[in-house]
Amino acid sequence: MFELSQDHEDFRAMVRDFAEREVAPHVAEWDRAHHFPTDLAPKMGDLGLFGLVVPEEFGGSADPEGGPFTALCVAIEELGRIDQSIGITLSAGVGLGINPILTYGSPAQKERWLPDLVSGRALAAFGLTEPDAGSDAGATRTKASLDGDSWVVNGAKAFITNSGTEITSVVTVTARTGESADGRPEISAIMIPSGTTGFEVAPAYDKLGWNISDTHGLTFSDVRVPQENLLGDRGQGFKQFLKTLDDGRIAISALALGLLVRMREEATAYAQARTAFGRPIGVNQGVSFKVADLAVMEETARLLTYKAAWLKDQQELGKHSVAEVKQAAAIAKLYTSEAAVTATRLATQIFGGNGFMEEYPVARFYRDAKILEIGEGTSEVQRMVIARNLGLSS
Amino acid sequence: MNIVVCVKYVPDAQADRGFDESDLTTNRESVDGLLSELDEYAVEEALKIAEAGEGEVTVVTIGPDKAADAVKKALQMGADKGVHISDEAIRGSDAFATSLLLAKAIEKIGAPDLVITGMASTDGTMGVVPAMLAERLGLPQVTFASELTVDGDGVTIRRDGDTASETIIAKLPALVSVTDQINEPRYPSFKGIMAAKKKPVETWSLADLGVDAGAVGAAGAYTKVLSVTKRPPREQGQIVTDEGDGGSKLADFLASRKFI
Repeated sequence: MFELSQDHEDFRAMVRDFAEREVAPHVAEWDRAHHFPTDLAPKMGDLGLFGLVVPEEFGGSADPEGGPFTALCVAIEELGRIDQSIGITLSAGVGLGINPILTYGSPAQKERWLPDLVSGRALAAFGLTEPDAGSDAGATRTKASLDGDSWVVNGAKAFITNSGTEITSVVTVTARTGESADGRPEISAIMIPSGTTGFEVAPAYDKLGWNISDTHGLTFSDVRVPQENLLGDRGQGFKQFLKTLDDGRIAISALALGLLVRMREEATAYAQARTAFGRPIGVNQGVSFKVADLAVMEETARLLTYKAAWLKDQQELGKHSVAEVKQAAAIAKLYTSEAAVTATRLATQIFGGNGFMEEYPVARFYRDAKILEIGEGTSEVQRMVIARNLGLSS
Repeated sequence: MNIVVCVKYVPDAQADRGFDESDLTTNRESVDGLLSELDEYAVEEALKIAEAGEGEVTVVTIGPDKAADAVKKALQMGADKGVHISDEAIRGSDAFATSLLLAKAIEKIGAPDLVITGMASTDGTMGVVPAMLAERLGLPQVTFASELTVDGDGVTIRRDGDTASETIIAKLPALVSVTDQINEPRYPSFKGIMAAKKKPVETWSLADLGVDAGAVGAAGAYTKVLSVTKRPPREQGQIVTDEGDGGSKLADFLASRKFI
């Protein structure tokens, strides 16, 4: 009950090998240069990482009985252990890029976009957040109106992952397409191919962390796309998006777990190697108790993350409810992301002055941790969801 | 094109390896094992050839129960089926006995068009099994290939030496050993990992191969390990102050260690 399948463990060994050989040697440099490694995406594609939840007909490997979402979490954890930006690139590429097209796309849309996305030759992004609409996604201002057989899109999106890479092929955005009978905005999802006239990608953000991850603001000025670029049903854009949120939260938990593993490893090794007053600093309880706490956080995060991932796979098989997954995802995301911030604080403290130096990876992880408490729903939103599921409506 | 790849399960070269003090064989208990990295190139090359045309890739290994992991890894990479030769009497076998067992197994699998091996194992590193195996099978031995092309009924390889590269052509069937320059071995995909479980693996004993226990193991060995010595501990580095002669001191040091 408390272990992953042998397939998942074999897969973990493979991803770890890949991450240590192909990613680890470069991340410090990429982070310093704020460089997104375009060449890495097809390598990840060759490993099948983008296709873990995609059926074979589109080039993926998903076998519902084989725990496909759990496998994705294993991959995100292992990449995240080496670098958080690379982990989020996979998480967003699958959860926000591929999943909406896979779940709501027409046969023509799937055929057009999925093969390249699954092979890592292309990346897709999802634009929901706006400069004035974050967690309150219903406040979307971007508008799309039908003009003949085209949608004309106007507006702006903010903080969109994987939206401006050299291989970004399409960005799906949520936009108001009218008003429903009760006066609430009708929100739909529309696919906008990269390079469409009027679709501008702003220069990369200057961020606190996740420097290797590609994040941009996007603006749309009279952007015209064919009517058939509507993704899913008109007026269902918001609802469709909400359904993908739970997956994203579990994926962020896996990313945070990768960080927690690394902090425990780094802190343990440093506590044994660094000496002060003639003995390793790890013999002092002021240090060793911090390392013990890191181990507890890691173990708790592992149980919560894989419990949620397992529930998600079980729900796909019809064995558990969406409500159970929602609660488990919110609990896992809340705990692991807050633990990640605490863990990087403890680990850098153990490293002393060196922990403040970019020469040591703990410094990069310290910068990278904070966003985990914000993205895919802030900690406050997770508490709202959890409380609501307990019958305490806000 | 039917290809047999011989692979070895070895102690992880990254770990602290040692010998079993009772019989001076490799200690396989205390160190994790894996498919020898040099054999990954052989598996990759076989898969590339098989994928370019039609054919089947069979991997063969010899070793204790855990050696099945080497076969499993090759199957995860994409090989079609596996053979694991396992028998208590094999413990302590040398290269000579290893080549005998592999030859018998390959005969039992059925005449392949091509046998591919790595250039050496990462533990024993003798590199003699490919030649011995080719001799036993009566195949042309084309060793240390840094490039391999199969065309019609022959193979062409490039063997890189210190001063020249040789091109060697042989008729099929043949045995080719490959170096770590020949390709970039693939990582198994999740699809490959799941598919590997359904691929056939046969386990053969000495009796299955018709090999007498006296011909293998320590009893049948032509070589004997007399003693083993631990690698000396790392010494403290030496700091040389440059007083205008730093360059020649560095050169003297390298020369004294036979680096130049």
